[in-house]
Amino acid sequence: MQRSLTIDPEKCTGCLQCEMACSFENEGNFNPAKSRIKVFTFHEEGRFVPYTCTQCDEAWCMQACPVDAIKMNFTTGAMEVNEQTCVGCKVCTIACPFGTVNYNVDTGKVVKCDLCGGDPACATACPTQAITYVDASATGLDKMRAWASKTDNAQATT
Amino acid sequence: MKHLIIGAGPAGVVAAETLRKLDENASITILGDEPEPPYSRMAIPYLLIDNIDEQGTYLRKDQDYFKRQNIDVVVGRAESLDPVNKTVKVAEGDSLPYDKLLVATGSRPIKPPVPGIDHEKVTSCWTLEDARKITSGIQQGTPVVLIGAGFIGCIILEALVSAGADLTVVEMGNRMVPRMLDEKCGSMLEAWCQNKGVNVMTSTTVTAIEPKGDGVLVKTSDGNEVEAELVISAAGVKPNADFLEGSDVKLVDGGIEIDEFMQSSMDGVYAAGDVAYGRDFSTGEFGIQAIQPTAVDHARLAANNMHKHGSIRHRGSVLMNVLDTMGLISASYGQWEGVEGGDSAELLDENNFRYIQLQFDQDRLVGANTLGMTQHVGVLRGLIQGKFHLGHWKQKLMNNPLLLMEAYLAATQAS
Repeated sequence: MQRSLTIDPEKCTGCLQCEMACSFENEGNFNPAKSRIKVFTFHEEGRFVPYTCTQCDEAWCMQACPVDAIKMNFTTGAMEVNEQTCVGCKVCTIACPFGTVNYNVDTGKVVKCDLCGGDPACATACPTQAITYVDASATGLDKMRAWASKTDNAQATT
Repeated sequence: MKHLIIGAGPAGVVAAETLRKLDENASITILGDEPEPPYSRMAIPYLLIDNIDEQGTYLRKDQDYFKRQNIDVVVGRAESLDPVNKTVKVAEGDSLPYDKLLVATGSRPIKPPVPGIDHEKVTSCWTLEDARKITSGIQQGTPVVLIGAGFIGCIILEALVSAGADLTVVEMGNRMVPRMLDEKCGSMLEAWCQNKGVNVMTSTTVTAIEPKGDGVLVKTSDGNEVEAELVISAAGVKPNADFLEGSDVKLVDGGIEIDEFMQSSMDGVYAAGDVAYGRDFSTGEFGIQAIQPTAVDHARLAANNMHKHGSIRHRGSVLMNVLDTMGLISASYGQWEGVEGGDSAELLDENNFRYIQLQFDQDRLVGANTLGMTQHVGVLRGLIQGKFHLGHWKQKLMNNPLLLMEAYLAATQAS
């Protein structure tokens, strides 16, 4: 069975170990700016929301790629960028409505979460199980909405 | 069922693939008028700069891909349509029959009405053939004039400069990329290029191109004369629908008018991509959106409706563009010029070439321009297409437009 990243912002303490782990796993250094998972901070509510690609079914990035550089890994279900094929045109970065495909100026290629090939470093690093890698039941967009729905208590009352 | 697709660009190829997924037995033919396998014009700038070879521009990399998909790719130019016999006449070839026809012929460069534009030293930058001509025509120090600082002109600047061109850019508008970037953004882009040694002349037109020695003399509206060994004309594009003139397929502004099922005014004839006069998501109005994401959107919807008419409605495509001009990245979305009675927010860091402006209609995001941003840009699409009510987050964005991701995470709660 395929597994997917599940994020529970309620459990996130904002320690940013996921960002460090992602950067180290994928870039070889501890540079949160290079992380493919990003923790967003809601100061007023004292909340932290880890956020990354959900490998959504629509795969806007894959659809938009003009050179067939993004393909699904059928083992993990992740949409993966083939660095050899990517020309760095950035069309995927504007087509992804979740903002989770980004351009890396240093390499001239785009980067996105590839579930670390089936062993996501962010989930392993998370000390509070805010990020877990579990059996996939919900689809991408539903998952996204599920955790997006927990991001702002303030608006729920207005 | 015989599906005939005219045009071997992204729209044609995606439509063919979608049709194959929907019907494993259908006959699917792509008719393209260039000799190479289907390729992406989007990749040409990266070919010019030598990051990839020609194969790197191909839409599908596997040589046998189309064969394995049982999709026939035929080289030839559509000459006319015979709707009675349901055939398309191919120039210097046979007629191809169809049950359902998709016109995905894209667009072609406009030839500006300038005396001398047909000189052999003048080329467009549109096809692989053009790319070869540009590559072989530029050595270290070659004087080059680029007509037009629109999307194509800007995206090839870096390649031209790194190939050694001594470059002059002549743009009719008062700034660079006037149809995608606002005045501030376009002007900053111009300053960026000037800093990098490119001579950019805005609010200027080319008035004549005259032979001079081995090259040409380019005369401009401000009285200047620039010698060039190569002139690249990138003055915009227009839809390739001429072969339908005189037919019953209705054309508007040169494009094929389509309905919400991507069908033209003629039953069984559909259109997708640059050639289609289709619906804009933001305005609800019809027009031409000559961009990659729209071509792919159109193609998938058209294929579904060719397979089963009425199966999927087109709600409109969001206008979006991203452009890398000598390393400075700009993007535009939707109604970036703003809407009547709407609000706008901006953040400007001129020294560092960073800029973002957001356009709101009440508490919804409807458009944006960015400069120098590479992270989470796509969420602008999410906010615009989701039509999310931002509530009190609108004010937060007005105060700090960079809180886009936070606003998105907060706003998606409603759905």
